[in-house]
Amino acid sequence: MNLHAVPFEWYLILAAVLFTIGAVGVVTRRNAIVVFMAIEMMLNSVNLVFISAAQFLGDINGQLFVLFVMAVAAGEAAIGLAIVLALFRNKRTVYVDEVNVLKW
Amino acid sequence: MNEWLSASPLLVVSLAAVVALLVDALNPHSERVTYRFSLMALAIALIAAIATIPFRGVAFSSMLRTGGAPAVLDCVFAIGGILTILAARPYIAARNFEHDEFYTLVLYSTSGMMLIAHAQHLLILFIGIEVMSLSFYVLAGYFRQTISSVESALKYFLLGAFATGFFVFGIALVYSATGSLDFGGISNAITSQSLVLPSLLPIGIALIIVGLGFKVAVFPFHQWAPDVYDGAPTVVTGFMSTAGKAAALGAFIPLVLDIVPFKEQSIQTVLALSAAGTIIIGNVAAVVQRRIKRMLAYSSVAHAGYMLIGLAAANHRGLSAVIFYAAAYLFMQIGAFVVLAILERDVERSVELDDCAGLATQHPALAAAMALFMFSLAGIPPMAGFFGKYYLFTAAIEAGYTWLAIIGVLGSMVSVYYYIGVVVQMYFKEATAAPPTVDPTSVKRFPLVVSAVAVIVLGIVPSVLESLLSSFWK
Repeated sequence: MNLHAVPFEWYLILAAVLFTIGAVGVVTRRNAIVVFMAIEMMLNSVNLVFISAAQFLGDINGQLFVLFVMAVAAGEAAIGLAIVLALFRNKRTVYVDEVNVLKW
Repeated sequence: MNEWLSASPLLVVSLAAVVALLVDALNPHSERVTYRFSLMALAIALIAAIATIPFRGVAFSSMLRTGGAPAVLDCVFAIGGILTILAARPYIAARNFEHDEFYTLVLYSTSGMMLIAHAQHLLILFIGIEVMSLSFYVLAGYFRQTISSVESALKYFLLGAFATGFFVFGIALVYSATGSLDFGGISNAITSQSLVLPSLLPIGIALIIVGLGFKVAVFPFHQWAPDVYDGAPTVVTGFMSTAGKAAALGAFIPLVLDIVPFKEQSIQTVLALSAAGTIIIGNVAAVVQRRIKRMLAYSSVAHAGYMLIGLAAANHRGLSAVIFYAAAYLFMQIGAFVVLAILERDVERSVELDDCAGLATQHPALAAAMALFMFSLAGIPPMAGFFGKYYLFTAAIEAGYTWLAIIGVLGSMVSVYYYIGVVVQMYFKEATAAPPTVDPTSVKRFPLVVSAVAVIVLGIVPSVLESLLSSFWK
């Protein structure tokens, strides 16, 4: 199948929309786990740009980068969920606006 | 020089970080094997870094830059790691929370910083930033049963991961625009006007700057820094706010070198405005703090602003001044945080300004060291901090940013107020409460002595390091 049938710009627009949804999710949601899911969505929109750009440019580097982004996202998931778990053990909540010990 | 040898500081620390986990697993009951192993690895890396300074070049299919400025930054990171590990052991042991993972995480974060400094390819830069940040998230939440530490880790993690999203999206757009991921290829594509999709390039660069700006905590992305630095364990804050900041600023250097010269003034102007905002916000907010740790956290934002001046100037003098200041700042800030760690009585309550009253009579050596670091942070000659600022401000004037230098000087004048406030408390106020119980031998602790000596030496003979650094860009 020829991927050039779908122009590169369309992939970019889709990725930008996904990225924006993710960014808005991070800013508006209060549940730490949902915020984290929104961040994962931003990273996946990045993967979409890399894959389609690699196809568009005929260059393998973009596809390779995606593997690293996925590995980093997995590492972030492990650490992020561990931190949320530590928070829950201390405060019995996962809502970020209920966590406000540090203030001046 | 052989590429394995020229990249040896990075390779030693990366390998040691992986092996440290095994050491830990194979010696579950032995006393502090990981502690000694980590110190040894960082010491070897420091020697290797000093040895590789003259051998400038690229290694591993031009993925890494070696020698020169990256090697000097390696020295800074290795010294930071050593001082942190040495200061951390009594600190975490006193709180009955000594686990070998702490030392391993310091090794991992150091290897991430070294990757950033050596990066000649956006993939390496991305991996380096992530290795460093992921280790810092865990280190910030190291006291996992203390709510302030966990809160600091959560805030750092959510905002850091958010910033990573912007950063890596920027990389993807720059890749789409130039068809290249290494700095040489990107710079070639920009100079030869052979961009695949030129409209994506400015957006990509802007997003990369936003992502890196978050990591450095520059205005307007600085809000997380005071909370995170305040809540994290004190020794970790000292490490994050110096070596971590230096690494993230180091990531700007190839960006400025390879992209700014071809993109007229726009990026420089953005960096200059951001530097001005960072200096003002950091200094003004630090004035009203009562907790010394939080005051140093805000002032650390201001110091990032000073270093950003050198990047905004983007001339050779400015870039070497950034690295000089990063080195000087490492010693004075870590020194100040080691003093705080000694004074701190328990995890929940950090040292307030009033707790320092009368410290000079009770613990004269400790008070003298703290005063030395405060003077240096305020930029009073002949300490290292003064010459760092001097080089940065002259670089700004040379590049035509006189107004930025004036803001920097005004900011330093404000900072004198709150730094000297600590000294006044220590020397001219009577102790009100019971004096903090300090182990008398703790004053002789190695990190304090090293930091104090380095602050004085860098202040008396700054030209040694400065001329070495400026030779890299001639």
